[in-house]
Amino acid sequence: MDRREHLKLLLAGSVGAGLFVSTSCSEADRAESEEIIAQNTYGRTPEEIDLNEKLNAETFFTGPERKAVEVLCDIIIPADDTSGSATDAGVPDFMEFMMKDVPSMQVPTRGGLMWLDNLSKKRFGKTFVAGTASKRLSVIDEIAWPEKAEPEVGYGVRFFNSMRNLTATGYFTSEMGLKDLGYLGNQPNVWDGVPDEILEKHGLAYDQKTLDECIKPEDRNRLAEWDEKGNLVS
Amino acid sequence: MGRNNKSSNKEYDVVIVGSGAGGGMSAKILADAGLSVAVMEAGGDYDPAKEEYRTQLRMPWESPRRGAGTVRPFGDFDAAWGGWEIEGEPYTKINGTGFDWFRSRMLGGRTNHWGRISLRFGPKDFKRKDEDGLGDNWPIGYEDVKPYYDKVDKLIGVFGTNEGLENDPDGFFLPPPKPRLHELYIKKGGEKANIPVIPMRKSVLTRPVSSERGVCFYCSQCNRGCSAYADFSSGTCLVQPAMKSGNVDLYTLAMVREVTTNDQGLATGVSYVSKTDLQEYKIKAKTVVLGASACETARLLLNSKSSSHPNGLANGSGMVGRYLHDSTGAGRSAIIPSLTDRDRYNEDGVGGAHVYSPWWLDNKKQDFPRGYHLEFGGGLSMPSYGFGSGMDSMRQYITDEMGNPGQNGGYGIGLKRDIRKIYGSTIGVVGRGESVPQYDNYCEIDPNTVDKFGIPVLRFNYNWTDNEVRQAKHMQETFEEILTGMGGQLLDDKPGADSQYGLLTPGRIIHEVGTTRMGNDPSSSVLNKHSQAHDCKNLFVVDAGSFVSQADKNPTWTILALSWRTSDYIVDQLKRNNI
Repeated sequence: MDRREHLKLLLAGSVGAGLFVSTSCSEADRAESEEIIAQNTYGRTPEEIDLNEKLNAETFFTGPERKAVEVLCDIIIPADDTSGSATDAGVPDFMEFMMKDVPSMQVPTRGGLMWLDNLSKKRFGKTFVAGTASKRLSVIDEIAWPEKAEPEVGYGVRFFNSMRNLTATGYFTSEMGLKDLGYLGNQPNVWDGVPDEILEKHGLAYDQKTLDECIKPEDRNRLAEWDEKGNLVS
Repeated sequence: MGRNNKSSNKEYDVVIVGSGAGGGMSAKILADAGLSVAVMEAGGDYDPAKEEYRTQLRMPWESPRRGAGTVRPFGDFDAAWGGWEIEGEPYTKINGTGFDWFRSRMLGGRTNHWGRISLRFGPKDFKRKDEDGLGDNWPIGYEDVKPYYDKVDKLIGVFGTNEGLENDPDGFFLPPPKPRLHELYIKKGGEKANIPVIPMRKSVLTRPVSSERGVCFYCSQCNRGCSAYADFSSGTCLVQPAMKSGNVDLYTLAMVREVTTNDQGLATGVSYVSKTDLQEYKIKAKTVVLGASACETARLLLNSKSSSHPNGLANGSGMVGRYLHDSTGAGRSAIIPSLTDRDRYNEDGVGGAHVYSPWWLDNKKQDFPRGYHLEFGGGLSMPSYGFGSGMDSMRQYITDEMGNPGQNGGYGIGLKRDIRKIYGSTIGVVGRGESVPQYDNYCEIDPNTVDKFGIPVLRFNYNWTDNEVRQAKHMQETFEEILTGMGGQLLDDKPGADSQYGLLTPGRIIHEVGTTRMGNDPSSSVLNKHSQAHDCKNLFVVDAGSFVSQADKNPTWTILALSWRTSDYIVDQLKRNNI
C-alpha cells in the first residue's frame, strides 16, 4: 500500500481492523507509519509529514561546507557564561533544513561560502576553515560591520548578514536559546497584568478604570450573565 | 460525528456549503430548529482538542523550520490548512491587477486561525452613501442586526468594554484582560497623539458563557486553534454543537462543483467531487445555503449555469462577483529604547493585542472618505523564525553600560548580549481600513483554466482607488505620531507614493466581501435584505458575499449575526411553505 495513503488513513482516524482486511497494509507498514507520525508530533497534515520527511532525507551542505557553517555559527554565537554556542544548540542542522525548505537560499549561501574562501585565500593563502582563529576573524571583520565595510566586499556583507540572521534565529528558537533568553511563556497560567515592580520601573500604573473593568482572576470560572443593557450582573 | 463522503438518496431540508463562520452558524440555527441539514466542507476534518491536530503549546524547536511560514503562511504552528496558494487549486488575474485569495480547506475554514477580533458594524457602516455619497447603502440598518449581534455575543462570548461610542456599538461583553507593558506604552503614545486606545474586543472566553467550553488559559496562541475551545472557531463552537442534535450530516473533503436546479429554476441541491475517490456525487435538498466564502460562493454561482439561469445562478443582474472588496492594510514598527533589556515575566495573555484604537476622526474633515482602526503588536512573545534577525540595522539602538549606542552588525558575545536586550522592545502598528466598493473590482470565471477537480477557476480584476491610497498615506502619518509619542525609534523607511504608502495588495487582509451583495433592487444586487437570492427563492448566502460595504471592522461578527438572521428567516419561510 502507498505509504502516503496509509498515513492519510491513519491520520483521518479511520484506521482499524477494516483497513487491514480491505487493503494490503501489513503490521510492518502500520508500525512504520506510526513511527513517522510519532516523529512529526506537531499537528502535521499527511502532505506536511511527507514534505518534512523528504527534506530530512536530503543533504544539502557538502562536508567542507558544513564545517565552514559550523565555524561561522560559533563565531556569530559563541558560548559565554550564560549558555553554549550555536553548534551546541544544533544551529547547523537547522540551517541545513532551511536550505532545503527555502531553495532560494541555496545559491546565495553556497556562493557566499565560496566567496569567503576566495577572500581568505587572497588574504592569508588558505581556505577560511584552514586559517587560524585570528586569521578567520580578520576576514570576518571585513564583512561583519555593514557601515564600516569597503564597497568591494559588499557581497560578503550581505552573505554575513544572512548567516547572522539564520544563526541568531536558529539559536534563540532552540531549547538552549529560549532558556538563555529567559522566556517564561507557553504554559497555562492566569494573566493578571504586569507585575507591580516592573510597572514601577517603567513609571507606569493601571488607572482605576482599567482595574475596574478588567478580568479578575477570582471571576474566571463564573458563568457570565448580563442585564438587558449589557452590564455583567454575575 | 458522521464524516461520510458517499452519495445519499435522502432529501435534506437544507444543504449548506461551507463550514466557516457563516455556514457553521447556519448549521447550528437550522439544526436546533429541527431541520435536517447536510454541511459540505471542501477540506478535512479538524478538531484542535485532538492530539493529532494540536499545534498549541508547542515550542519553536518542535518545528524543523522553527515556525517559519514556508508551508503555512502564518507560520508552521498556525492552524490554517491552505493559504494564498493551494496546490492544484489556482486562480488567475487580469490587466496587471493584484488580488491574493486566502483559502482554508478544513472544518471551520478560516475561523480556525483568525485574530478573533470581533467588532460590530455601527449605524453609519450600513448607510455609507448617506454619509459621503459614495457606494451604496445597505437595505438594512444597525437596528435590524443589533438583536443578532446581541445573541452572538451571548452564545459565543466576546470580551470588551461598553464605551458608548456612536459607531462602535456597545454589546454584551466579558471583562477584557489587562494591558501588557508595551500596551501601556501604546496608551501613552495614543494620549500624546489624541488617539483613543481602548480594550480590544475579541471572542476569547475570559469567563465561561456555557459549560461546554473551557476558559482562556492565556497562552496567546488563538491562531493555533484552542484545545479548550476558549475562543471562537466555527468547528468547535457551532458545527460540533449542531451535530449533537443528530440533525446534521457533515461531508468533509467534498468540493462542491455546482448548485443544481430544476426546470422552474429552483435549487434542488448540489453536486460535489469527493476528494477521496475523485467521483462526483449529488446531495438533494429543499433549500440551498451558500457559506463557502465570498469569492468561492460567487464562483459556485457562476459555475451553476442552466437554461433558467444562463448567466449563472442568481445572476440575472450580472452582479455576481462584482463589488469585491477587502479591507485596506498598512503598517510600521519602531523600537522603544526604554523597553530594551527589560525584566522577564510571562506576558502571553490572550492571542494578539489587548488594546486597539477604533476610528477616531471625522471623515468630512479628511481628504479620504472612510476610516480605519489600529491594531498593535509587541511584547515578550514566543521567539519564532525570524527572531534575532535584523541586527545589521537594529543594533545601533542598543546601548552599552556607559550609554553608548551599539554598532550595526557584528558577531560574538556582544551580539548575543544585544539580542537578549532587544527581546520585547519592538512595537508594530497596523491600520485596517474601509475601502469604497467598486463595480470594476470583481472576480469572474476564467474561461481558460480549471482546477484539479475540473472546476473552472476564478479570475480577478482589482485596483485600489485614490480613496484607499490617501487613507494609507494618513495611516503612515498616524503610525509615526503614535510610535514616536511613546518614545519609539522608527524602523525602516517611511513608505511613500511609489508603494501606495505601504498599502497591501487586495486580499492580504482576508476580509474580502461584496461579491453577492444584498439590495432592494434586483437589477443591481444579487440578494434581498434576507440574503435570499432575488432570482431563486430557495437559495441563500450566509458568507460575506452579501455585504454591501465592508466597514473598518473585521467582518466575522457581522457574518455570524447575518447568518443567524437569515437562518431564522429560512426556518420561518419553510414553516409557511414559502420556499
